[in-house]
Amino acid sequence: MSGIGTGYDLSVTTYSPDGKVFQTDYAQKAVDNSSTAMGIKCKDGVVLAVEKLVLSKLLVEGSNRRIFNIDHHAGMAVAGLQPDGRQIVNRAQDEATQYKSFYGESIPGSVLCERVASYKHAFNLYWSMRPYGVSSLLAVHDKAAGPQLYLVEPSGIAHRYYGTAVGKGRQSVKTEIERLKFDQISCRQAVVECAKTLYKVHEESGKPFELEMSWICEESGWKHARVPAELVAEAEQQAKAAAEESDMED
Amino acid sequence: MADYDVTQSYMQDISLGTSIIAVSFKGGVVLGADSRTSSGSYVANRVQDKITPLADTVYLCRSGSASDTQAIASYVQYWIAEHQAEKNGPVDVSTAANLAMQLSYNNKNMLQAGLIIAGWDKQGGGSVYAIPLGGTLLKVPYTIGGSGSAYITGWCDKYWRDDFTEEEARAFVVKALTHAIARDASSGGCVRTVTITQAGVKRDFIPGTKLAATFGELPTPASS
Repeated sequence: MSGIGTGYDLSVTTYSPDGKVFQTDYAQKAVDNSSTAMGIKCKDGVVLAVEKLVLSKLLVEGSNRRIFNIDHHAGMAVAGLQPDGRQIVNRAQDEATQYKSFYGESIPGSVLCERVASYKHAFNLYWSMRPYGVSSLLAVHDKAAGPQLYLVEPSGIAHRYYGTAVGKGRQSVKTEIERLKFDQISCRQAVVECAKTLYKVHEESGKPFELEMSWICEESGWKHARVPAELVAEAEQQAKAAAEESDMED
Repeated sequence: MADYDVTQSYMQDISLGTSIIAVSFKGGVVLGADSRTSSGSYVANRVQDKITPLADTVYLCRSGSASDTQAIASYVQYWIAEHQAEKNGPVDVSTAANLAMQLSYNNKNMLQAGLIIAGWDKQGGGSVYAIPLGGTLLKVPYTIGGSGSAYITGWCDKYWRDDFTEEEARAFVVKALTHAIARDASSGGCVRTVTITQAGVKRDFIPGTKLAATFGELPTPASS
């Protein structure tokens, strides 16, 4: 690994001869090594889900949140360096409250995404700061554009998605969800799909993990909220059953 | 710094001694204003346009200090332009009203501005917002403002209906302003109206001589 960018990777203000900024790439690696986070925009809302590896039995369940509220109508799931992620969440929260205080309306999804992306990008420009090692999955609902899902990468690249994933299992998750019909699937179904996918992808690791899920839909009053515990439990049961089934088929 | 004699009428602050009004109907709004700008008893402009565009489908009626309201309009136009560029779409009337309120409220000690913001947007349809002197923001079906509004409050309360068509709303606006101009010395000139719907903006102008005579007034001679 250490031979790759030799000499051109010491600072974010240095290009390599083949046009890369290695520090930005390395920030992306920090995200790629994190546990999987995914999001699905359904026909009637958005669902976010994170696979949280349990690092120790001493940890209280449900602590170490990976999904945060940005405003009533927006939430963010964080993958990568968690302390960096907390800063991004704070920044997004500030952007949202300042926007509302000035314009009198909730920040639209596209604007919030732009603000987070511009913020992250700034840290790829200056020698004195390192890029944030964080990818942010933004779930937003506004009246004008309905439910939206955005992904903002450490470089500041941002796109709007029907479904996507970041972290260790992202390739497998994306392959799994590619087959979904996003304009037909409901939030409740998506909750189950997320659970199934994360369980399937996690199979490979073997360590215990917690599932953290949130959604924005009519059932949540169009507010970003945790998926109710019973639904998560039910989804996990279905996921475990599906995983066992596929085991038996082997 | 007031070493000149402010009682001399031509030295007084330029004020929009004014009558302004905005009425919403299903599908849009009608804004109306007189056209007199006075400096004491001197009419500085008898054909002033007090209805100012803030965005394609959001307009502002100005009353109070002419300079204050022009400055406010200028700031709000600028912020709306930035906002529309970032949001990639037209501004909502409620947002425009909020921006004007921020200026009005945060500078309440220094400003004398009575504002009416009205327009059309996809979220709210036709909407009217009143922002009186202290910087309160009120969403209302219709509102009146300026010095002339005091004389027509009862009349407007009696004849306003919440189911006006576009033509009825406009007729209501013109009649209201006619009465205000008749009784308020600081209002006069012509009646300007702006009608805003999803289809766009229509401006209209009625010369003072063409306004209907109110009680006790001599009708305009036929030769005018």
